[in-house]
Amino acid sequence: MTWSEMQPLLEQACWDTLYMVGWSTVIAIVGGLPLGVLLVLTDKGGLLQNTVLNKVIGQVVNVARSMPFIILMVALMGFTRSITGTTIGREAAIVPLAIGAIPFFARLVETAVREVDGGLVEAVQSMGGNTWTVVRKVLVPESLPSLISSTTTTIVALIGYSAMAGTVGAGGLGDIAIRYGYQRFETELMWITVGILAVVISVIQFIGDYAARGLHRRGGQSGAAPRLRLLKAATATSKTV
Amino acid sequence: MITTSGLTKVYRSRGREVLALDGVDLHVREGEVYGVIGQSGAGKSSLIRCVNLLERPTAGTVTVAGQDLTALAGRGPRAGRELRKARSHIGMVFQHFNLLSSRTVQDNVELPLEILGTSGKERSRKALGLLDLVGLSDKAKAYPAQLSGGQKQRVGIARALAGDPKVLLSDEATSALDPETTRSILQLLRDLNRQLGLTVLLITHEMDVVKTICDSAALMEKGQIVESGTVSELLATPGSELAAALFPVSGDASADDRTVIDVTFHGDSATQPVISQLSRTYNIDISILGAAMDTVGGKQVGRMRIELPGRYEENVVPIGFLREQGLQIDVLGQEPLLVKEGAK
Repeated sequence: MTWSEMQPLLEQACWDTLYMVGWSTVIAIVGGLPLGVLLVLTDKGGLLQNTVLNKVIGQVVNVARSMPFIILMVALMGFTRSITGTTIGREAAIVPLAIGAIPFFARLVETAVREVDGGLVEAVQSMGGNTWTVVRKVLVPESLPSLISSTTTTIVALIGYSAMAGTVGAGGLGDIAIRYGYQRFETELMWITVGILAVVISVIQFIGDYAARGLHRRGGQSGAAPRLRLLKAATATSKTV
Repeated sequence: MITTSGLTKVYRSRGREVLALDGVDLHVREGEVYGVIGQSGAGKSSLIRCVNLLERPTAGTVTVAGQDLTALAGRGPRAGRELRKARSHIGMVFQHFNLLSSRTVQDNVELPLEILGTSGKERSRKALGLLDLVGLSDKAKAYPAQLSGGQKQRVGIARALAGDPKVLLSDEATSALDPETTRSILQLLRDLNRQLGLTVLLITHEMDVVKTICDSAALMEKGQIVESGTVSELLATPGSELAAALFPVSGDASADDRTVIDVTFHGDSATQPVISQLSRTYNIDISILGAAMDTVGGKQVGRMRIELPGRYEENVVPIGFLREQGLQIDVLGQEPLLVKEGAK
């Protein structure tokens, strides 16, 4: 296979992967973020404590998360068809990818949100804030660096899952590697896809880490020397013993 | 300003019941600084959290600024609109400051105003004014992590004041600070109490805090208030543990034929220099063994341990003179044991 033959293949595969991973990431965030927050809120001692709901969500998330992706994809075919009208192609792959990623992301969100200091929640409550205020002003903004890291992890996992999407004719880099590299012994092409995947994952990881660290930095120490300006000095009550 | 009656809180966990508050009756007058002191586990934290109903009391009522908060609470665990509104007028500062690390100092102070629905312009005007009040106007754009502990607590105080509270609750606000910073934060609280007429209820395990700024104090043990009152009332109470801790005196007789007495000035006595009068009137030499005195509003408050020459029998007249001056006299080795029994 010559480079001029490979190039259009690879280009198309890159776009397919980005398309699938991009959309399923968006859906995973939209679905997983509230689910993860809900897992924290409904837990014992949470603001919306509801043991039954918490158990149910937790169980659903666990089952969905432990399902091998390829099985999930097949099992969801009926559902996929009802949404996209087909079980083949990029759009059809997005459905199982997103559904697989929602519980994955939800668990990561749960861990991130749980790390927010309960004192902050209490502070907002003492100001008269309601649960929604707590979520909006405290839980999400305070866990944002962790949430960004979680998103990075989810994107990388989705790139991995998307390799299997080739089995439903969705294309993508993984599909190229299997169909050309493995089944047709085009070793060169396989190594190129591996290289591209490595680069893509590295870049995503780098961007994610950079963003998370940037947010963290403002929480870190800066060299500015603290300067205390006291209010007026001791007035009426100079208590001495 | 703050009244709790029969406040009881029981924690249940895995079938075990822990009685954190056992029928606490607290009365904080408007404009005073009231300190609740006790060891950890005495129930102080539960008490202050029950005042703005961050903890739901198991029984009893809480009234703040004439409003029965327990009646507003409703049955469910979530705070209804009415209770949230009442809370927004009760400021609270925390031991660990509880500032949002993702927000600048100014944005932290604006948070309560956002919750109240104040417009953006008004929010920033007010936040900057409050930061100026606590002496941090130059740190508005800094993040909490860039501040020292004392500065963080000043931000915490500014934030607590954003809702124009009449009442400020302070949950061990200085316990994470060094002594120097503690003093400056207490001074700030005192100034705010004076300038804004703010009623302050604080809990602490440090006697120094009570000593420095409190008008009244209560001692908590095992979920109950053991002693309470204004500082001079406490001093006037024979055998008061709080008074003894607030104004500690020590020292023993230097010889057998000496009389050691504790003189308690609880603010009601005349402002005359009684000790030198005693010395001149009866021509006796007095040595001061120890003293813990304060002058509050021109009146002397505190205790002094003095030694008179001669045995008790020989000093009945000078001691009578001191009592006539409106001072409380405890003679060591004579009545105190009896008095102490009587107090309990």
